[in-house]
Amino acid sequence: MEGSEVVVFWVCGTLAVIGAIGLIISRKAVHSALWVALTMINLAVLYIANSAPFLGMVQIIVYTGAVMMLFLFVLMVVGVDSSDSLVETLKGQRWAAIVLAFGFGILLVSGVANGLVEANSIGLDAANEADGGNVQGIARLLFTDYLLAFEATSALLITAALGAMVLAHRERWKRAATQRELSEARTRTGAGVVPLPNPGVYARHNAVDTPALLPDGSPTLLSVPEPVRGRGDARPMDHSGLAEVDDLFSGAPALPPTGRSLADDPRAES
Amino acid sequence: MSPSAYVVLAAILFTLGSVGVLVRRNAIVMFMSVEMMLNACNLAFVAFARMNGNLDGQVVAFFVMVVAAAEVVVGLAIIVTIFRTRRSASVDEPNLLKY
Repeated sequence: MEGSEVVVFWVCGTLAVIGAIGLIISRKAVHSALWVALTMINLAVLYIANSAPFLGMVQIIVYTGAVMMLFLFVLMVVGVDSSDSLVETLKGQRWAAIVLAFGFGILLVSGVANGLVEANSIGLDAANEADGGNVQGIARLLFTDYLLAFEATSALLITAALGAMVLAHRERWKRAATQRELSEARTRTGAGVVPLPNPGVYARHNAVDTPALLPDGSPTLLSVPEPVRGRGDARPMDHSGLAEVDDLFSGAPALPPTGRSLADDPRAES
Repeated sequence: MSPSAYVVLAAILFTLGSVGVLVRRNAIVMFMSVEMMLNACNLAFVAFARMNGNLDGQVVAFFVMVVAAAEVVVGLAIIVTIFRTRRSASVDEPNLLKY
């Protein structure tokens, strides 16, 4: 390793470790996925620094491009409430795991460093030049020495694709209800005959997280889309917002809500 | 600094991935930690290929990537199926096999 590669190693290695730590400590699974993407991009840079440009590109395309996006896609399917619970099923398991992993890491790092500190590196320049480049060298190995493993890979990929289709497929046992039947069922039960109220109607904001206000001024959470409600992101509304609505429509300062005198209303001076 | 620093980094990343598998309860996050461990092994393979001066280590890393991609597809399909029946992605929920 020479001057510039040392810099690359420290920058990308540090970022990769930060991404790995972020994977462990993020509460939300989506954040974990993004931290892993950071780690994988940095590992790709380290592959390229290790004279493996082909693997670096495959790492970016396959891991950050396909695998992590598949993870994110499944997270969207699985839903927004996929954050971890902090309840420990086994008492003390978390601390025991951290202590054991710390010891394991010390053993592994010290063993590796002990065994390799004297190791001299041959370097890949000669091996890469033998076939005219890194990609050509890997291709020659894949189609000569590792041909059997390469052929087995195709069987593996087909099995994986079939397995994913079989596992993720859901057989439809009943005919899907038509729009007319759904409407008739709604009318028969009397629930939800009219459309749900839009968010933000009669309220201060036009955003989806703002519940609509009923004519008596109370907010209705029916108007907030369910994912927003499930995350607990619905904006709290109270009657103090109503005074500002009156304010906007009348053009004149509204009477302050009951419980506050006109004297401590800051708008009274203006 | 010799290229063995890469192997030390791979050991650290592998350890962090194993912490993730042990500590987290969300099946998808555990799965991502397994991916992290596979990536750490890949980094070690690439570093060893460079130290030994032949490309076999890179070919092995390539095969690890292929196997990891296939594994991710099947594993995520299993997680989606479990979520569909149990409405949860937590690994503590599917305990029906206990009884």
